[in-house]
Amino acid sequence: MKFVDEYRDKDAAARMAAVIAQVTTRPWTIMEICGGQTHAIVKYGVDQLLPDAITLVHGPGCPVCVTPVELIDKALEIAALPEVIFCSFGDMLRVPGSHRDLLTVKANGGDVRIVYAPLDAVKLAQRHPEKQVVFFAVGFETTAPATALAVLQASRLNITNFSMLVAHVCVPPAIVTILSAQHNQVQGFLAAGHVCTVMGYTEYEPLAQRYRTPIIVTGFEPLDILHGIYLCVKQLEEGRASVENQYARAVRREGSGEAQQLITEVFEVTPRQWRGLGAIADSGLGLRERYAGFDALRRFGAAASGATTPTECISGLVLQGIKKPQECPAFGKRCTPEQPLGAPMVSSEGACAAYYRYRRQPPHSRPTLQETNP
Amino acid sequence: MTDDINTVIEPGLVRPVIEPALVCPAPINQHSQILLAHGGGGRLMQQLLDTVFLPAFANPLLNARHDSAVIEFGTTRLAFTTDSYVVQPLFFPGGDIGSLAVNGTINDLAMCGARPLFLSAGFIIEEGLPMETLQRVVTSMRHAAHAAGVTIVTGDTKVVDKGKGDGLFINTAGIGIIEHTLRIAPGTVQSGDAILLSGDIGRHGIAIMAMREGLNFESTIESDCAALAAPVLELIQAGIDIHCLRDLTRGGLAAALIEIAEAACLQIDIEESLIPVVQEVQGACELLGLDPLHVANEGRFVAFIPAGQVNQTLDILRRHPLGQEACLIGHAQHGTAGRVTLQTRIGVQRIVDRLSGEQLPRIC
Repeated sequence: MKFVDEYRDKDAAARMAAVIAQVTTRPWTIMEICGGQTHAIVKYGVDQLLPDAITLVHGPGCPVCVTPVELIDKALEIAALPEVIFCSFGDMLRVPGSHRDLLTVKANGGDVRIVYAPLDAVKLAQRHPEKQVVFFAVGFETTAPATALAVLQASRLNITNFSMLVAHVCVPPAIVTILSAQHNQVQGFLAAGHVCTVMGYTEYEPLAQRYRTPIIVTGFEPLDILHGIYLCVKQLEEGRASVENQYARAVRREGSGEAQQLITEVFEVTPRQWRGLGAIADSGLGLRERYAGFDALRRFGAAASGATTPTECISGLVLQGIKKPQECPAFGKRCTPEQPLGAPMVSSEGACAAYYRYRRQPPHSRPTLQETNP
Repeated sequence: MTDDINTVIEPGLVRPVIEPALVCPAPINQHSQILLAHGGGGRLMQQLLDTVFLPAFANPLLNARHDSAVIEFGTTRLAFTTDSYVVQPLFFPGGDIGSLAVNGTINDLAMCGARPLFLSAGFIIEEGLPMETLQRVVTSMRHAAHAAGVTIVTGDTKVVDKGKGDGLFINTAGIGIIEHTLRIAPGTVQSGDAILLSGDIGRHGIAIMAMREGLNFESTIESDCAALAAPVLELIQAGIDIHCLRDLTRGGLAAALIEIAEAACLQIDIEESLIPVVQEVQGACELLGLDPLHVANEGRFVAFIPAGQVNQTLDILRRHPLGQEACLIGHAQHGTAGRVTLQTRIGVQRIVDRLSGEQLPRIC
């Protein structure tokens, strides 16, 4: 498959790993921001090809994991209303609120539906004028343009039974939070390629300078990630800190002007609570006043605050790259995908879920079957 | 979101030391009610079998947890099975609920090495279903049964109130005869057995999802829905010493192999690059964030056979229209009982695990 197979080539991966080993002279800790990259790293075993000196830690780039529990509780409350069709991307359905999840609401008779695009929710609103259709707008800058488009479409068509529970978050403030953390160990970043497809990477340039930390815009295939790590290690070894674009086949420095315009038209920068990280200024996107009519919080009432219940879950430390999932005493024992203590064990992009699914029992090397297949 | 739930900090200026209050919330307890995921072929469904059905009905035939129960009458061995079909939409590229209901039950019989003979058909019909729809489904069942040489000899019809069904549910049960002395079951798998896969995986699940969710791909992905008895019986006739067969349904290749590894108390090792996935399915999976290993199939099976018979088995399978892409994907071996490992495309090994429930498409 073009643009996929060539980035999963075994020999090329081995060559790239050898080059990384060649340039590495001392220990480095690198964080991949995006949950999609975390998933790819663990699924394909990219980290197992790296020299021991390189430690990969996993960042807060799973939108499901960082959505605050107060908003999830609000989503559950709205979804349970008889007049509501509640629409969400698939990943959100299993994420626990304080006491239940969207799948449980669905099992209790709530009309909860998976949609693949926000515009599908607008179409649902058109088809069901007797219902209130609510879309759970979760995601980083990657999904924000599509969400914005849905709002504009609903506005253009004067659809009054459509609203959004907006939980969009932005990457750069999270990077700042991690780098300024007291126990920060991250020396270099792999930035999320999809986010940069929309936003470009000019926002990252002052951060790389200010914190003397290389930031490599990186794709999602195993070879993309290995290449990103190589570029990052090379900068670290040479004492440089700049933004480099590994994912040039999809990302331009200035990003997509059209997508950014959509975001700017509909959203403004707001403070945002991050599950596991706390509150971060200027880290979210909220609906502008002129589109406030589509704000589900205005329509259905604000979210209650302070819903978090302390548990033994250390997902905040995992999301900051301070701890790895297996370092949690509950990992794989009291915390599993069936009974998650924290969101990173739920989402397919969550670091804990990836480690549980692919690393629960460390595998040992075995010979290939390729030669024996007739 | 409103600001009032947050104590806002300035990025980079104030460092939030992680306090217990910032960790995630309390766990969702054991499910007190049935969720869709309990029928998804993953870990929750396994829990349901282990904690509800098997304790209630336990007996040696059921406990074997095979696709069919194998019942012995003197020297005669019969295979007996049942399955229900609740697919939406009722008609999809490559099949419909009728052909699925016939082929699925035939496949359960075939996986015991039985020659399927007779089926029953139970219909639960929702009030308001167009008669023409029912007619099309029944005609499709007739064709599928005829093609596979089975006869539908008994049945049942119930109609439920509008809104109490999903158009049409079908239950089929089947009886087949086992005309050989092989013991085809997970418990017969031996260390060193080769694992053959009869064709590419993932088409049925993606075809249904594309149709159900209105996803338009460049080319139509057709379900692999098919009756598998014919190629299996050819293998048996040729004297292949089949140790175990399993058709891949919900839960996909991953769930089938994990079940067999657990039942056989062996480790199974497979290799990702050897598992055929057509480009359209691979593309759809990439787009939706799904793993083809976990996507449903309705016309594919794995066979566990002695390593010395791999070439002969592949020759027979590849001559059959349903086995043209048949290939070796791995081996069973002594190791960690119940573990399935996959060598990834980049040459690293990882475990293959059951899903918690249905695979859900990712956000971005």
